[in-house]
Parts: sequence; C-alpha cells; structure tokens
Amino acid sequence: MTGSSIKAEKGNTPLHQLTFKEAIDYSKKEGNKTLFDALISRAESLNPRLNAFLRFNKSDSPPHPSPVTGPLAGVPISIKDNICIRGLETTCASKILAGHVPPYDATVIEKLKTAGATLFSQCNMDEFAFGSSNESSAFGPVKNPWDIERVPGGSSGGSAAAVAADMTYAALGSDTGGSIRQPAAFCGIVGLKPTYGRISRYGLIAFGSSFDQIGPLTKTVEDCAILMNILAGHDSRDSTSAPNPVPDYTKALTQQIKGLKIGLPKEYFVEGMDKEVEKSVRDAAEIFKKLGAEIKPVSLPHTEYSVAVYYIVAVAEASSNLGRFDGVEFGFRVPAKDLKEMYFETRSQGFGAEAKRRILLGTFVLSAGYYEAYYLKGQKVRTLIREDFTQAFKEVDLILSPTAPTPPFKIGEKSSDPLAMYLSDIFTIPVNLAGIPAMSLPCGFTKSGLPIGMQLMAKPFDEETIFRAGHAFEQETGYYKQKPKL
Amino acid sequence: MNYEPVIGLEVHVQLLTQSKLFCGCSTKFGEEPNKNTCPVCLGWPGSLPVLNEEALKLALKVGLALNCEISGRLKFDRKNYFYPDLPKAYQISQYDNPVNGKGWLEIEYKPNKAVILSPDAEASKMENPEAQGDSQKVQDDKKMITKKIGITRAHLEEDAGKLLHEGIAAASLVDYNRAGTPLLEIVSEPDLRSPEEAYAYLTSLKAILQYLEVSDCNMEEGSLRCDANVSIRKAGESKFGTKAEIKNMNSFKAVQKAIQYEIKRQTDLLESHERVIQETRLWNETKGQTFTMRSKEEAHDYRYFPEPDLVPFSISKETVEGIRKDLPELPVQRVDRFIKNYSLSDYDALVLVQDKQLANYFETAVAEKANPKLASNWIQSELLALVNSNKHTVETLPKFFPATYLAELLGLIENQTISGKIAKDVVAISYESGKSPGTVVKEKSLEQVTDTKLLESAADKIIAAHPKSVADFKAGKRQALGFLVGQLMKETQGKANPKLANEILVRKLS
Amino acid sequence: MSFEIEKIAGLARLHLKPEEAAKLKNDLEAILGYVKKLETLDTQNVSPTSHVLEIENVFRPDQVNPSQVRDEVLKHAPGREGNFFKVPKVVDK
Repeated sequence: MTGSSIKAEKGNTPLHQLTFKEAIDYSKKEGNKTLFDALISRAESLNPRLNAFLRFNKSDSPPHPSPVTGPLAGVPISIKDNICIRGLETTCASKILAGHVPPYDATVIEKLKTAGATLFSQCNMDEFAFGSSNESSAFGPVKNPWDIERVPGGSSGGSAAAVAADMTYAALGSDTGGSIRQPAAFCGIVGLKPTYGRISRYGLIAFGSSFDQIGPLTKTVEDCAILMNILAGHDSRDSTSAPNPVPDYTKALTQQIKGLKIGLPKEYFVEGMDKEVEKSVRDAAEIFKKLGAEIKPVSLPHTEYSVAVYYIVAVAEASSNLGRFDGVEFGFRVPAKDLKEMYFETRSQGFGAEAKRRILLGTFVLSAGYYEAYYLKGQKVRTLIREDFTQAFKEVDLILSPTAPTPPFKIGEKSSDPLAMYLSDIFTIPVNLAGIPAMSLPCGFTKSGLPIGMQLMAKPFDEETIFRAGHAFEQETGYYKQKPKL
Repeated sequence: MNYEPVIGLEVHVQLLTQSKLFCGCSTKFGEEPNKNTCPVCLGWPGSLPVLNEEALKLALKVGLALNCEISGRLKFDRKNYFYPDLPKAYQISQYDNPVNGKGWLEIEYKPNKAVILSPDAEASKMENPEAQGDSQKVQDDKKMITKKIGITRAHLEEDAGKLLHEGIAAASLVDYNRAGTPLLEIVSEPDLRSPEEAYAYLTSLKAILQYLEVSDCNMEEGSLRCDANVSIRKAGESKFGTKAEIKNMNSFKAVQKAIQYEIKRQTDLLESHERVIQETRLWNETKGQTFTMRSKEEAHDYRYFPEPDLVPFSISKETVEGIRKDLPELPVQRVDRFIKNYSLSDYDALVLVQDKQLANYFETAVAEKANPKLASNWIQSELLALVNSNKHTVETLPKFFPATYLAELLGLIENQTISGKIAKDVVAISYESGKSPGTVVKEKSLEQVTDTKLLESAADKIIAAHPKSVADFKAGKRQALGFLVGQLMKETQGKANPKLANEILVRKLS
Repeated sequence: MSFEIEKIAGLARLHLKPEEAAKLKNDLEAILGYVKKLETLDTQNVSPTSHVLEIENVFRPDQVNPSQVRDEVLKHAPGREGNFFKVPKVVDK
C-alpha cells in the first residue's frame, strides 16, 4: 500500500525499523520470532539510555511471542504502565503501586490479545500520568531519543520514546490533557487521542475520568488506523463508552483531501510561542492548501482559560481516583501501629511530589466552601470551551494547531516551576475539555534537529477525517521516515 | 420545664437484587469472606461501575409508595472519605439529584403504645403483652392517632464492606462481600415527636418495604439499618435544638430505647444548664445507654462531586407510570379493605396488615370460612403468643398451625363442640403435634359437655360437697356461685358448657 | 490566597514534612492565583459540564456474573489473614 511496505518486503529495512503495518505483513510470511528478537536486542541496548520501558521481555527470560494469528499476527506491542494486564505488575510508574498485580485485563488488552498482538513491554510514564515531561516517574525520567538531554514529553513519554527509537512497533498511551499528543510531537511520531468514549476506559487506571482516553502511538498514520480498528468500540463494562458504530479507519487513508476545510485558530498563534514551531505549522497549512484543502481562520475564544479549568476539574477527579491508594488492598504499605498512621505514612511515602501537588489541589477545590468557586466554576467554563469547538466546527472540518508551544525542552528546565509546566499543555488541553478527537503528527524539525508536531482536531467521532488529512500530509512530506541517531 | 423531642430517622435498606449495584457479584448473605467480589466492588484500579437496572426500579417502587416527588432526572455523586471498608475511598451515592425526592408516610399508633408488628418476635412480646387474651378489649378503647411523616428523600447508594475488630490482636479484618450491595437510604423529616412515633414510623416503613418485596428488612443480617437524629427543644419553641446522631441500634425496640435514653440525657443536660454537643453517639444495648464516639480528628468534608464514571439517567413518565401500575396492594389500602370487608377495628386491621405474612394468614383463614373478628382475636392473642414462646416467627406459623386449622378451630367453638377455654388447650396441642384441632378434640375427648342430665348429677354432687358455699350463696353472697361453677368445671375436666353449668346451679339453689 | 495546607493534607491523608509543605503551599498558591482568571468570566447562565458525551441511561441487567478473583487478589495483598484483608487496628484517637 505505501512505498515503505514494499521496501520491507525486499528486506532492505532492519527489522526493528519496520512500521507496525510492515511488521504485520512480515510476521504473516516469516513468523514473529525474528521480530521479537529484533526488538529485544534493540531494547536491551537502548533501554538503559532511554529508560522507556519499565519492564520488557528480556532475552534471558524466555520470551513467549503469541502465535501468528488474527489481524495483528503476533506482532509485539508496548503498553503504557497505567493499563491493567492480568498477572503482570502494573504500577503507573508510582512507588505506591509497587507490587500491584491486576487480577484482570483492561478491555483494550483483551482486544489486543484477541487480535493476536504480543504484549512485549510496559512503558515508563509520568507518575499516574501527572506530567508533561516524564520527569515525575518514580523509576527515573525517560530521555528523548532525538536528544537525550531533553524530555520526551509526557505523560506517555516511555511509549513515545520507544516507538521513536524503534524499540517497539507501536504502543498504547493515555491522554488526559495531551499525554499522547505532546510526547508524540516531542518524539516525532504519530499519536491519537480519540473521541472521549470511543475506546473503553475499563482497565485504564484513572487520572481524570471525564478526560482520560487510551490511544495509539505509532510510526505512521496508517499504523494508527490499524490499531484504532482493533481498539475502538462500545464496551458494556464502561458506562461512558459510546455506542456509535466503528468505521474501518484504514478506508479513510485515501490521500484525497480536496475541498476539506481546515481552520487555523487565532488563539493558538500568539506572542511568545516558539518561532520555529509556528513556522512549521504555518508551512503545514500551506501544504494542505497545495493538496486541495481550504484554510480558514477560526476562533476559539476561551482557549486561554483551558489550563485553569483543567487544573481544577481534572485534579479534582484525580484526588478522588487516587484515594484508593491507601495500602489496604493492594500495592505499597508502610507497616504501622494503627490504621491512621498506615494511611498517612503509606500515602506520604508512596506518592511523588507531583502526585501530592495534584491530590492537594484536587482535594482543595472540592472541599467545603470552595466547591462552587472552583469546581463548579471550572465545569461551567468547560461548557464554554466545548461551545467554542461546536461553533468552530460549523465552519471547518478540521482545526490545525501546533501540538505544543515549544520543541522538546531540557530535562530539569521546568521541573521546579509547576505552573510553567502546566502551561506547556495549553494547546492539547482544550481537546480533552471538549472530548473531541485530535492527532499529533510530525510537521518538521528545528534547525537543531528536534521534531515538531502539529495537531489535527476534529468533531466528536470524526477520527476518519483526521486520518484522511494526516495520511495525505504524511505521504506528501515523508517526515516519518526520519530517524533519531542513536 | 417541658421539652419536646424532635426526631428524624435515616433508614438504610438493602434492595433485593440478585447482583450488586454496579457489578455482577452476588448479593447473597453469609458467603465465605471476600467470595462475592470482583475488581469493581473491590475498587480495583481501572475498574468502572455500571448501574444495575433492577436496583433503580426497586428504588422507584419505594419512591412511589412513599409518595415521593420523582423528577425523572437523576445522577450519582462521589462521597469521599477514608475507611478500610470503603474500597475506593469514596462511596457512589446521590447528592443533589436523588432518585426519590420529597414524600410522606402515614403512621398510626395508640398513644403510649405503638402498634407492634409481630415479625420481630421479641419486640412483639415485650411491646405488647396486653395484646394477648382478653386485654385486647382494653386497647380498643383507646383512640388511634394518625400522623403524616415527611420523607426528605430516598436515594440509591452502594453499601460498604464489613470490618471485624473482635478477637484479633492489633489488627482489623476486612470482608468486602457486602461492598457494592444496593442500598436505599430513606431520610425522614424531623417530624417525629416521641420514641413511640419513631417506632410506629419504622414499622410502617418496614411494612411498605415488605409489601413491595424490595427488601428482606432483616435488621440482624443488616439488610435494614437505622440511625436516629435526636434533639430536644422547649415546648412551643420553633427552633430546633442541637442534635445528636445515634447509631448502632440492632432492632426497632433498640431504636425506641436509644431515643428514650437520648431524650432523657439531653433533658438532664439542659436542666443542669449544660449544652448538648452535636456529635455521633453509639447505642450500647447491654448498658442501655448511648456513648459518644471518640472524637474525630477532623470535621467531615465529603467533597461530593458528580461521579464521572456514570452517565446521568432520565426516567420517562411512562416508565414511572408503568411501575406505579404494577405496585402491589400497600398496607394502607389493605387496612381499609380489612376494616370495610371484615368489620375489623382500625387497630386490629393495622396489627394484622403491618405484617404481610400475618395478614395473608388471616385472609387464608377467612377464606376457609373463619369468622374474621374471631380469627383476628385468636391470631393476635393465642397464635402470636405461641409463636413468641416458641421463639418462632410469623413466617413459620403456617407450618406449625396452618390457617385451615384456625378456621377449623373457630368452627368447633362456634358449633359449641368445644368451649373457648378448651380451645386454647387445643391450639397448644395442635401447634405442638401438628395434628388438626378436630383430631386433637377427638383423640382427647375434649367435646363440650352439654348433656343436661350429666351436668345435673354433677351439680348435685357439688352442692352436697360444699354446704358452706351453698349457705353463703343463699345468704346473698353472689361470689359463692362463682366458686361452685368452678368446682363443677373441675369435676368435668373443664368440658362443661359454662353457660349451662351456671344455669343448672342457679336453678338448683333457688 | 492562603492555602490551608495542613487541613487539606489531613483530608487527603498526607503527612508533609515542613519544607515539603512550604514548597507545596507556594506552588498551590501560585496555581490558585493563576486559576483566578476564571472569575472574569460571567457564567451565570452557563450549565456545568460533567460529561462531554450526550449519552444517558447506561444499565446492566441484574445478573450474577461471578468473577472469582479472590485468591489472585489476596495473593498480592499487602496484608491478609485467611480470606480476609488485614489492616492495622482501627483506632479513633
């Protein structure tokens, strides 16, 4: 179908560099053992430097690749460490979940297993997905494969770095305020946050329940569509799962975008944003124009309130979701003389600084006397932000913006200033507030060779249009073919 | 100084569903610890709740029976607090859009004497000793009081697990079998003014729940729990006093006693110019007192917010009307019917109806041609006494003494085969042996003696044996006749027809 | 605004060391200061968003569906006794 898959058939590409699609085609012919071996040796050499995986099938522990069955043909895939896998330790990169072994598979894991994927590794992340840099992992930061002095983004930083470094063929992440898209942008890969309700959340360890979505991080738009075909769909175990029928997303990869209306929101191109990022995205708009799309200015007037709303509503939900980490039933416990001491010591020693910050903030905005001024106000402004998108999508099919205001920043650069860190999610957060789908995909590189990502946002349940435009752009530019030098 | 108690009750009832409120685990009571658990009711990370449709339907039934406003829009909220029996550290409950809003419930009782419902055998015995035998008549003289008690709301929520403290050194054990069981919390307005009213409220409410078949209402197994908010104020004042919340009562009787104690405690405080503190107190059944729970280190701040894992629910008018149409006959309707069809007194109708099984028993007997008034009297006196003294329940009454037996027994009295007095013995024997009253009478030759010749010769014998009493009677001492009748009854092993015996003696002595 | 860190930490069952508390208090005050910008918006006639999806009435039928996770769950529990979870004595002090 694509140029690269032909190359793979000819055997010119090292096996670890195959796209997910190419790996599936390869596995169907040659079996998955060699794919598996290729990733193991890649991971063994790179993981000590990148720290992308918390756990993976190493060569000294006998690997058990699944048989080559189903649409995914036994191809290895990696899972963010906040998605439950029965019988495997799942920690959310937090000390408080050390030793926690889920007794069940998340719905997405069931689906992947049924589709024949081999679960290869579990990816590092910001603790409980709290972060935009992967520095908050209790198991050490993940490094950006393009520059190991820099962050890979977060919170799905391990998933993004692993895909970018060819340590895996594809990975699952989760996105509450940009946690798939921003690391995808920072690592030069494709990441999709589907419409809220499109993929079951059952088995995803919750951060902000009304925001969280699982999504794929992949090398190409096509890979992303292949995975969406497996992952999307209604789940009777998740009350917030949408009953809408699931299309065949790969059918949207037509490269035809003539007449597509793409909006550029003026609020996303403001003073102070990185010039190289701005230029890349504006160049991308020109490419879309060249491909036949119509570019229109749109307005999302309440954008500037997004971060404030998010850091009220999402952390409120988080503070409640994280109450259960108390040492009673699972995970870490500090031995104590009485229950009260156990609660306080377990939680104080088990949670990292960012988790504590968000738990405190969330507890505060829900507490007596503050609920209306903060939580309720936040929910109301959330309505205004949703309405912004409803209005804008009356005029355009897609909205194009940068994924992040800057290229990947240095490790440590923002870690002492949480507010500055939070503000770096300004372009991804509105999407989660509105529940719409959005994809980040590569749109160029800085002069120093760091990847830049752009974001395509669509109406609820219109992932197909994103795939259509994303694929056309990707095939036109070929940015995905560039690899970090490792 | 006169004080008026102000009482509100919070009743939690487990709804009779097969599976839990938000997961497919069984609600069966008495299983091995933690057997009925899954990732959802254990609050396992990543698990999500999905509402049991039947639980909502049962909740709506109760709402309709309690005349509640049903807006048709409802949602769930999280109530956040830490306790080991609460797996998620929040309880899924309802805060501002409960399934059932304001409603009311009618209670009927006699002043200083709440009508006692028999299922709680112990309570029945203790509460209503006079209900046995002829003292029933005394009760009928008193007027029933009817009062409407407001319902604030009745909302759905999940139950917590069970924490075991006893007998384990330095540790507590947790069993989550109960966690996630559907509960309906029924909150009354502070409309109750005495422990008796509280008791009457509970019995009425329990009767409704049993008629609806939505709950077992078994306080021992915890399927019905009750907390009481009690305060007192000077008579005539409209402002409420400071209330105490009383927990840990294991029977309706205990609720009544705890409230009684609490009123006295608060009155004593005010009388000695001390303040009542707003607090939670635990009833200690053995000591018959309430005790303050050791002070909490912080005030409750439950941080309610809408449960993001559940979507909102809207119930159409048609659905509500459909449920209303399917409602069974409720106690209040049945009481009316009993009064109208069977000419029972208000009180008798209420006593029977408030226990559904007792009322069913009564109606079965009546269907077998038992005289309704007699059946009611015999059920309330002899039969309940037997149930209580054997520590049985009304549920098993038909097993020991079927309603057909009662009809048969009353028939034997009416056709004068046996006297009422002998009938009491027959019931006891019948209850014990399982033999029908007719068989017992036959086997023990208990037929009433109405043979005048036999009685006359017995009377002659008695007159000859008791010359002093005879002389007394002739001298005008009426009570001497009573003695002589008694002797005659004794002579016939109680089988003499009392009226006939009386007549014969009087005739022979005059 | 002044953030009552001790009280909130208590509600959240977190015990903070003095320097940790001071740092967090600073951070949270800065964030809450930033969040103040919402006050400039008039939201009197705006209804709150709790759910972005317009779906309602999601039920499950009342059917027992045993999961049998007990042994697996207890195997990894931080404290157990027999088939119970075990926690330090609950003391209200």
